[in-house]
Amino acid sequence: MKSKQPRSSGGRFMKVVEEKKDECISPISKTQEILKLRLSQKHTPSEIFGLQKEQRQLKDLIRRTGVFGESNSVLIIGPRGCGKSAIVQRVLTELGEEEEIHKNLLQVHLNGLLQTDDKVALKEITQQLHLENTVGDRVFGSFAETLQFLLEALKRGNQTSKPILFILDEFDLFAQHRNQTLLYNLFDIAQSAQAPICVVGITCRLDVLELLEKRVKSRFSHRQIYLYNNMTFENYVMFFKQLLKLEDDFPDRRFQSDWNKSIEELSEAQSVVDMLKRQFSFSQDICALKQIMFLPVCSLNEMDIPRLTPAMFVDSMKISTSDSKSAMLHGVSILELCLIIAMKHLTDIYEGEPFNFEMVYNEYQKFAQRRSSMQVFDKAVVLKAFEHLVALELVKSVEGGSTKIQKEYRLMSLLIHNTQIMDALQKYPQCPTDVRNWATLSIS
Amino acid sequence: MTSASSEDPGTIINEIIEEIPCRQKQISTLMALFGKRVHFTPAALFLYGHTATGKSLVVSTLMDKLKLPFVLLNCVECYSQRFLYEHILNSLYQTDLFAFDESVPRIKCDNMNDFMRLFKQVLNEKRLDKETVYIIMDKAERLRDMEANILPAFLRLQELSSSNVCVILLSEIVWEKFRWGTGFAEPFILHFPDYKKDELLQILSKGCPANFPESCYAMYLNLVLSVFHHVCRDLREIQHLVNLNFMKFTEPIRCGEATSDDSKKLWKNIEPHLKKALQTVYLREVSSSQWERYQAEIARDMEQENTSQSLQGLSHRCHVELPYYSKYLLIAAYLASYNPAKTDKRFFAKHSEKKSKKTLQKKKHERASNHMLGPKPFPLDRLMAIFYSIVEGKVAPTANIFMQITSLVSLHMLAQVAGDDQIETPKYKCLISLDFIKSVARTVNFDVVKYLYDFV
Repeated sequence: MKSKQPRSSGGRFMKVVEEKKDECISPISKTQEILKLRLSQKHTPSEIFGLQKEQRQLKDLIRRTGVFGESNSVLIIGPRGCGKSAIVQRVLTELGEEEEIHKNLLQVHLNGLLQTDDKVALKEITQQLHLENTVGDRVFGSFAETLQFLLEALKRGNQTSKPILFILDEFDLFAQHRNQTLLYNLFDIAQSAQAPICVVGITCRLDVLELLEKRVKSRFSHRQIYLYNNMTFENYVMFFKQLLKLEDDFPDRRFQSDWNKSIEELSEAQSVVDMLKRQFSFSQDICALKQIMFLPVCSLNEMDIPRLTPAMFVDSMKISTSDSKSAMLHGVSILELCLIIAMKHLTDIYEGEPFNFEMVYNEYQKFAQRRSSMQVFDKAVVLKAFEHLVALELVKSVEGGSTKIQKEYRLMSLLIHNTQIMDALQKYPQCPTDVRNWATLSIS
Repeated sequence: MTSASSEDPGTIINEIIEEIPCRQKQISTLMALFGKRVHFTPAALFLYGHTATGKSLVVSTLMDKLKLPFVLLNCVECYSQRFLYEHILNSLYQTDLFAFDESVPRIKCDNMNDFMRLFKQVLNEKRLDKETVYIIMDKAERLRDMEANILPAFLRLQELSSSNVCVILLSEIVWEKFRWGTGFAEPFILHFPDYKKDELLQILSKGCPANFPESCYAMYLNLVLSVFHHVCRDLREIQHLVNLNFMKFTEPIRCGEATSDDSKKLWKNIEPHLKKALQTVYLREVSSSQWERYQAEIARDMEQENTSQSLQGLSHRCHVELPYYSKYLLIAAYLASYNPAKTDKRFFAKHSEKKSKKTLQKKKHERASNHMLGPKPFPLDRLMAIFYSIVEGKVAPTANIFMQITSLVSLHMLAQVAGDDQIETPKYKCLISLDFIKSVARTVNFDVVKYLYDFV
């Protein structure tokens, strides 16, 4: 193991090492840890490209609630991975530094994936506002009453009620709750200025307003912030570099500058640029990029792979874009492959009309009898192979799970594309020539 | 807790690779992804591949050897969200999984919100918040059948619980089929490819019994694979078949008729048995103990009669005894189901005119025969009419006859498709196969094929 710790940095680094009580934590390992944290879901970037205007707008809005007690409601709409949560996160940390707001503003974070109905949501709100004791065993008539009580309880301390910020992630899922009670009440409070609250909804559905009931929609302020993915390729590459570069507070200065230089070189390598371009034109989702970067970062180690190389990224890209159905087709038996080809022919002949097992078996039999070299299997054996394909969901029943029809006659459709079949046949180990010819045979 | 990591990971990885052959690439990729204990991992991993390609084996061995904190669960067992949450929480809470302490109260949880809260709480209590906790879900395709929020929430568990957790999903269905609804975060996808033929041989040859020559065992495996590899790639199934037929294979050696080098003789001996096994055991029509008993019976027969004819035996399956009229009713039902109603006159009327060749030719242009499209429903009247025209002798339409129709329905040979009420005449459908009806017809000396429109 290389040990280059002591020579570059001074006493400070030594102290850090002592504190951590890891005798030989190498800079590579440390780098790996930092980068992995950065690529995980927990991390939000410190800077967001091209969204400064929206960020300012949101910040203004929340500040007005925090300082002046204005009520507001706003929806942030944009595609996945464009930085919706990131700017909210960013605004909150920035505002948290302002003392007035930090003391004054209460926050409630809700997520549509967690709070699946309004009762659960209300319980969560109570918990996040630390009001469990106040509520106690009290019984309330309606949802609105409870919410009202919660807000009253906050007011009781001093005369003016404290402003509350509600952040609803996956906002569209809240619209599916019964009667949209939670949304109705939140918007109602915001509109009628009963208590200063700010409701921020985050969603990726552009048609989110259509999901709201009329009475809910009319109470919403209709303030929407649209985030567009107007990231340019240059930004994308910059982001890529930013994710990999080490910050200045890295203990080993010399290693840091070496590392950052290697990242610069990496990002200029032609194969990496090509890879990024391909991924960029495919999706501008940052999460997808992080996913690809994870494996190369993981494969770093002190002994033989001290730096990231372009080849690692190309390999990782290859893994993430490989076609999983073709990969699964690679593992089916020859008999199953024959059945798939028979189904393909049936689909071709009848122009996508569904088929049943009997037809497939008939087609298979015709083929197997024509070629004397092929072993013909029993119908029961063929049926078992067919059922295996159904279990793999490569073939699917058209009617759904109707049990009235015998399984031999149930109408099925093939879920594999012709090119996938051809691709699989190319790669299939020891594929009999007969089968391959049969597959390429076009039906005239 | 960190004692495991102080061991050299290199030796551990070699140990695991030794233990699980042919999965070297997957093991090292997973090891790299897991990294050090305090490192973050991808939020979710999705491992897919055919059954018996070592998905669960590799993951659970890695967990055991590296002594990582993990929860392993099968989504078939945890079929509702409550079981799922409680299983995860309780397994984490009672860290030594094998000694369930009754005095520790079971955690109760029935929604995602509580789960997230309790999950964080448990991690804090058990001091697991500094290292990666793994949640492994086998048969993950079942998660799709649960509430819509569960799968997306587990995929973003790292984000939602803001703790270092890795969810590993194992499935034999490709990832495309999981995407549904909203809120998905893409997992890191890793494929476990199927074993090649020589890899299968390598793995199977590990099971060579002691004091049996390995070269001979390898030859035996080769023979089994040559019969079954075309229809079956499943390691587990092949392993089962290998074990089952081994006794038969070694029989000549034990009797002293052949030596272990006499490959030709051994092949001659085992080949018919393997072919037979393909038809019965592979389909699981008989259990393995039944198969052994059956083999023993054949051996006895061979001694007594010295004929090789007794090898058929099991293949004429599904032999059912029925009353005389039931057989005719069943034949009539079959004819009614598979013949178009307009041809009845031709088959069953006393003086039917000969059909011209024209109609026969026309039939060839039809899309598919009735035997491919499946049985059609028919009214009771038609069934009875066909029945009276084919049955021998006079039969009074008594309640007995109708009783027999009902019992055929309860035997699942017919199915009632319409007419549950009193006014409508009931309609039926025949559910049995051509082979079955042929064997039934043979017992009453009735040539059923002659009456089938498809075979005219």
